[in-house]
Amino acid sequence: MFVSSTLRKTVFTLVIGFFFVIPPAFASIDDDITALAGKSFKAKIAAVEKLAATGEGRVVPVLEALLKGRLFTRKSDHKVVVAVKKGAIYVLTDPLTLEEVGQVAKKEIKKVRANNKLRGVIRGALGGLTLLSPDRAKRIEAAEAVFKSRSPGMIPVLEKALEREMDQDVRGKLQLAQAAIRLFSTKNTDARLAAVETLSMHATPEVRSLLGNLLAEETDSKVRAVASKALSGIEERLALWGAVGNLFQGISLGSVLLLAAVGLAVTFGVMGVINMAHGELVMLGAYTTFVIQELFRTYLPGGFDYSLFVAIPAAFLVAGLFGIAIERGIIRFLYGRPLETLLATWGLSLVLQQLVRTIFGPTNREVGNPSWMSGYIEAAGGLVLTYNRIYIIVFSLLVLALLAVLLRKTAFGLQMRAVTQNRRMAGSMGIRTGTIDALTFGLGSGIAGVAGVALSQIDNVSPNLGQAYLIDSFMVVVFGGVGNLWGTLVGAFSLGMFNKFLEPHAGAVLAKILVLVAIILFIQKRPRGLFALKGRAVET
Amino acid sequence: MSKALRTIAAAGILASAALMASGALAAGDAIKVGVLHSLSGTMAISETTLKDTVLMMVDDLNKKGGLLGKKVEAVVVDPASNWPLFAEKARELIEKHKVDVIFGNWTSVSRKSVLPVVEELNGLLFYPVQYEGEESSRNVFYTGAAPNQQAIPAVEYLMSEEGGGAKRWVLLGTDYVYPRTTNKILRAFLHSKGVKDSDIMENYTPFGHSDWQTIVANVKKFASSGKKTAVVSTINGDANVPFYKELGNQGIKAEDIPVIAFSVGEEELAGLDTTPLVGHLAAWNYFMSVDTPENSAFIDQWLAFIKDKKRVSNDPMEAHYIGFNMWVQAVKQAGATDVNAVRQAMYGQKFKNLTGGMAVMNTNHHLSKPVLIGEIQDDGQFETVWRTDGVVKGDAWSDFIPASAKLTADWTYPWVCGNCEKPKY
Repeated sequence: MFVSSTLRKTVFTLVIGFFFVIPPAFASIDDDITALAGKSFKAKIAAVEKLAATGEGRVVPVLEALLKGRLFTRKSDHKVVVAVKKGAIYVLTDPLTLEEVGQVAKKEIKKVRANNKLRGVIRGALGGLTLLSPDRAKRIEAAEAVFKSRSPGMIPVLEKALEREMDQDVRGKLQLAQAAIRLFSTKNTDARLAAVETLSMHATPEVRSLLGNLLAEETDSKVRAVASKALSGIEERLALWGAVGNLFQGISLGSVLLLAAVGLAVTFGVMGVINMAHGELVMLGAYTTFVIQELFRTYLPGGFDYSLFVAIPAAFLVAGLFGIAIERGIIRFLYGRPLETLLATWGLSLVLQQLVRTIFGPTNREVGNPSWMSGYIEAAGGLVLTYNRIYIIVFSLLVLALLAVLLRKTAFGLQMRAVTQNRRMAGSMGIRTGTIDALTFGLGSGIAGVAGVALSQIDNVSPNLGQAYLIDSFMVVVFGGVGNLWGTLVGAFSLGMFNKFLEPHAGAVLAKILVLVAIILFIQKRPRGLFALKGRAVET
Repeated sequence: MSKALRTIAAAGILASAALMASGALAAGDAIKVGVLHSLSGTMAISETTLKDTVLMMVDDLNKKGGLLGKKVEAVVVDPASNWPLFAEKARELIEKHKVDVIFGNWTSVSRKSVLPVVEELNGLLFYPVQYEGEESSRNVFYTGAAPNQQAIPAVEYLMSEEGGGAKRWVLLGTDYVYPRTTNKILRAFLHSKGVKDSDIMENYTPFGHSDWQTIVANVKKFASSGKKTAVVSTINGDANVPFYKELGNQGIKAEDIPVIAFSVGEEELAGLDTTPLVGHLAAWNYFMSVDTPENSAFIDQWLAFIKDKKRVSNDPMEAHYIGFNMWVQAVKQAGATDVNAVRQAMYGQKFKNLTGGMAVMNTNHHLSKPVLIGEIQDDGQFETVWRTDGVVKGDAWSDFIPASAKLTADWTYPWVCGNCEKPKY
């Protein structure tokens, strides 16, 4: 015999052992997955930790499904499945093999519930499991999750990942996570020193809190010295970034004020008409956006991201037409009588609010952000710049620029300015003053409508939307100087920044009060505002 | 006077007398129920649906034959989120329309405005919304949660290991009596659990506040100290919409900084895309998602009445449902709609909760209800993650404020008092 009997026996044992050992390993993952559907959250957390401990990539889809709320149990056989909605039915897939196992209605499956604690545990587990994923974005996410959870058991996985990692950004994040774990888990002073030095390169609030906690417990004097120096350096940089953050928020508030006030700058500034229905024109623009989005949602769901580009001209037209109607119907009869104009337009604002309330209902309407406007950029130092605010800043400057071009370079702009400066002379030159008045008012109202499109992205769309912006618009126009677009620009941004720099110290309510008081005092000194145009009569 | 004129005058007097008599008969034929909810303004988002709920129940009652053999008529007024107008409208309902009961109010400031009116005119108000306590009026039945039925269990849950083990707290509220008082109670409670003032951040904003950038950024900063932080939100009305939008935009995930709200229910979430908010919490005594036969029947009835399958139900609606049914039972028991008689009949009234168990009206004018904590799902519903085993009796005077802990509210003999240390009799 070539093979001795001992060898045969050994091989036999090994083969039998193979078949007895491996299936239980498979079976235990299945058991853990079934345990995920159990009643108590404690059992679920234990099951997640066991699955994570296997280190196998197969369990990642299961954990991700549970995280996103897509894990269900089939009521007929209590099998745990991943269910994705497709129209009225749900398509079920096996969580491990990822093969489709059926299509059922909603009432035949029951959701596997998760709570915040479980989701936190899953994120930490996924971090450990996906550190070696081929997808770069997933590796970054995993490194950040490990940094957040800081569990000492992750060190071997981190070291393995660092050996293989080529990408510099991901290496940086892995080293950061490693340093964060080492900071509290190692007894070696030099290792802690190295960890502090790695961490001190990153000025973020998380690092600051880590160093703060370290200083509370650290005994070695050298490490303490380095850590406290790093901490003060980080705090300086964070304070600087905090100021930049305040500046950004002030500019974004300023841009919102600018959008709301530009339309008023045209009607009040250029024409001298006090229009208390200005806020309602903004509101009409916001509701136009809602209607356009509803049309997109019903007929063209794929094009939802472009709905705003349709909404802007639509809102301009709708609000502009309303503006022309208001001018022809009410304002025309009240030129030179500011009090009556004020009262009439105030009454009109109430009528418009109730009209919208009757058509659309008194509750808020959902206006969604297109996907390119959601989310944020994370700059250094924990500074968050949200996309929607950035786009609104750009948009407001664009609107102002277009208006300036319209006033300076076009024939209509010339006629508008002529009528405002000297109505009778303009009339004698052949300009139809009545038509120009109506069109100017329409322009101001149209711009208010366009402002409504932008505001619908950051504020509630309700019949009261206009009320919130009316006072602010008047404040900006009066402060900046009536009849001057530069004044509106400077006024809006300075008020926005003033408000935002006060807010961290005084709170939102007091900041608004102080801004109002400051404007009143300023107007006492300079009644014409910041950029007063000399020698021009605004009132007829 | 000529004969013709006298005949005409006599006919006129007879006709007007007949009209007045018939008018009196018509007025006597209907029992009037007042509805005092804002249908416009910043609180319309929350209160409009409560008006519809009362209308549904009045309609249902009339279909079943009315009350005491008479038809029931709902008188709806709109106080428009204007607090002084609430008092005027309450007076109008009681004096002009002669209603026998008022179902109304949401904000505590509106209730405080209405309180002197109902007490002066001996009216009856059913108040369906969770509130701050520190009040017990003979003329008000509080069918919403007191702090010990909502705020305290919510904070206990967040402190517990299951809720995340929070050690730092941010208290965000709208600037009026309810958030200020609730936060006072919560601060005292947190102190009793060993939380220091340096670990508590309080912030107030006006109604309808829309620029949340700074505040959310400050919350992030406060939470990055290393200790787990939770946010307790008593923000009311439509300021919640931009607040949650900003939370989503700045990427604040519920696993990192959970936000639990006391004034946000299914109705307030209806105007939002809740995908970025999954995991944030609310504490109530009722959720639309609770699966019981009573709840399913109620929701079916509501959707059929309002003719809109996308509408939702929420806790204040259930409170009105229980309050209205208890009032009807009390009227039948007393045999009259007189406020004093109905009040006596109200004590001990029982009605089935929509989430299971029995609601009982106690002599302090508060209900015994279960406490539920739910997480926001991506379809705007709440998934219950924790609930009390039984019911919790509402306590108007918080045990965590020393001055209030000594007070008892009990409107039956021998106390007959809403805020006394000893029985009056």
